[in-house]
Amino acid sequence: MGEGETTPPMVEARAVRKSFGRLEVLKGIDLTVERGQVMVIIGPSGSGKSTFLRCINHLEKIDGGRLLVDGELVGYRQEGELLYELREAEVARRRSRIGMVFQRFNLFPHLTALGNVTEAPVQVLGQGREAAEAHGMQLLERVGLADKAGEYPSRLSGGQQQRVAIARALAMEPTLMLFDEPTSALDPELVGEVLDVMQQLAVDGMTMVLVTHEMGFARRVGHQLVFIDGGVVVESGPPADVIERPTHERTRAFLSRVL
Amino acid sequence: MADAEQLRAVPVRHWGRWVSGTLLVVALAWLIAAAVDSEFVDLATVRKFLFNRSLLTGLRNTIVISVLAQVIGIVLGVLLAVMRLSPNPVNRTFSGAYLWFFRGTPVLVQLLFWYNLPGVFANLTIAVPFTDVVLFTTPMTSFMTSFMAALLGLGLNEGAYMAEIVRAGILSVDDGQVEAAHALGMGPTLTMRRIVLPQAMRVIVPPTGNEFISMLKTSSLATVVLYGELLRRASDIYSTNLRTLELLVDASLWYLGLTSLATMGQWFLERHFAKGHRRG
Repeated sequence: MGEGETTPPMVEARAVRKSFGRLEVLKGIDLTVERGQVMVIIGPSGSGKSTFLRCINHLEKIDGGRLLVDGELVGYRQEGELLYELREAEVARRRSRIGMVFQRFNLFPHLTALGNVTEAPVQVLGQGREAAEAHGMQLLERVGLADKAGEYPSRLSGGQQQRVAIARALAMEPTLMLFDEPTSALDPELVGEVLDVMQQLAVDGMTMVLVTHEMGFARRVGHQLVFIDGGVVVESGPPADVIERPTHERTRAFLSRVL
Repeated sequence: MADAEQLRAVPVRHWGRWVSGTLLVVALAWLIAAAVDSEFVDLATVRKFLFNRSLLTGLRNTIVISVLAQVIGIVLGVLLAVMRLSPNPVNRTFSGAYLWFFRGTPVLVQLLFWYNLPGVFANLTIAVPFTDVVLFTTPMTSFMTSFMAALLGLGLNEGAYMAEIVRAGILSVDDGQVEAAHALGMGPTLTMRRIVLPQAMRVIVPPTGNEFISMLKTSSLATVVLYGELLRRASDIYSTNLRTLELLVDASLWYLGLTSLATMGQWFLERHFAKGHRRG
């Protein structure tokens, strides 16, 4: 990829298709995320928005089309018209530069907060434990949880767990962060602390793709809002435009329900 | 109407528990009195042989064979469980067939089978297949000793049971854990070793402790292949002095001691692997 002079966009999806058995979930998704941009994906449940997010780091395999991250196919190697699936170790290597934050946190319960943050840098990147822990403490500081470094996840609130999860993803020094409904499993009063951390990340210039129902956040932080329904991108544009002047009937109907 | 502040809650009285408890204690006391009166074992003989040198060697052998067979069982169990959950159908089928065979035949039969192998195969030979190159050869009789027969019989059989325990443990770990590990760039082996198995341990350890306690007792079956464990030594002694019950009591006391120790060990292990799951 890359014709030399221009750097490729961070994420480039062309006609991405994905089926679960006979159910086609993604019917040709086209979208582009530029470096430093925050893309917010919205859509009704079952629209395929989370599936698409999971395709970006190859947690789900795509059945057709092309999905490039940083100009590189994530799970495949292209030769002519064929996409050869890569070996798992190779996929893992490419994935390590893409951070992901899950709806249900998925912290490792047998490791402390700091252990969660240092696990992958030590085991995957081969960092020394001391260096990884020093960096890990910086990251926990950044999400406001330096004092909880020694706690196990079961002793942390949902909001704190999600902030540790963000620190854990950042420890791999990702060039792209994916957020899959990061605040949907949180009590309402804990949502703010997580969104604050995410907003700070965006301000610092991290490229982010997030699936969320937080329309206020989308409007405040997002550069691009994408409405997905029925496995296709129905409408996209600057968040304020899409929210205030949706051009599509389906977008209008969805927004009237969530706003 | 009493003042609300003076009201007091009185728990239900469980009279039935008192009655059944009393009956049980009386019955037990009567049983013990009857046993002492009948003098069916001579306590002096029990005391005399409890620390008999030969019996203590048997005790050591019981510990050795149980620990080694359990280790083989655990290693095999992890391998078989991972194979059982593998996407490779050959691995899955092999593991399934192993379980079917070793759980489907009595361990006593398996012990006798290994012990009688020298009657069929004269030599144990390791060679490069389809060539004449022989790497190692030894008479089967010198390889398949009582010890090896007991070790293979108990260990291979245990592997089948451990496989199910480990599999249940692996399946108890939430899929989200694997996804999170993969998303961090961890490959399948690293994910299994660092994320899945440590969490599965919480589910694996308690039944494995039970398996080991069970193994301490099942190892007495090795008496049929003439391995000198506790029961073998006890029966060697009573076959000459005819104090059968006394020596069985001695052996039982040692078995009880071993299983009690193992139970305590299990308690500490469980506490260790519950890390991160206690709420403060």
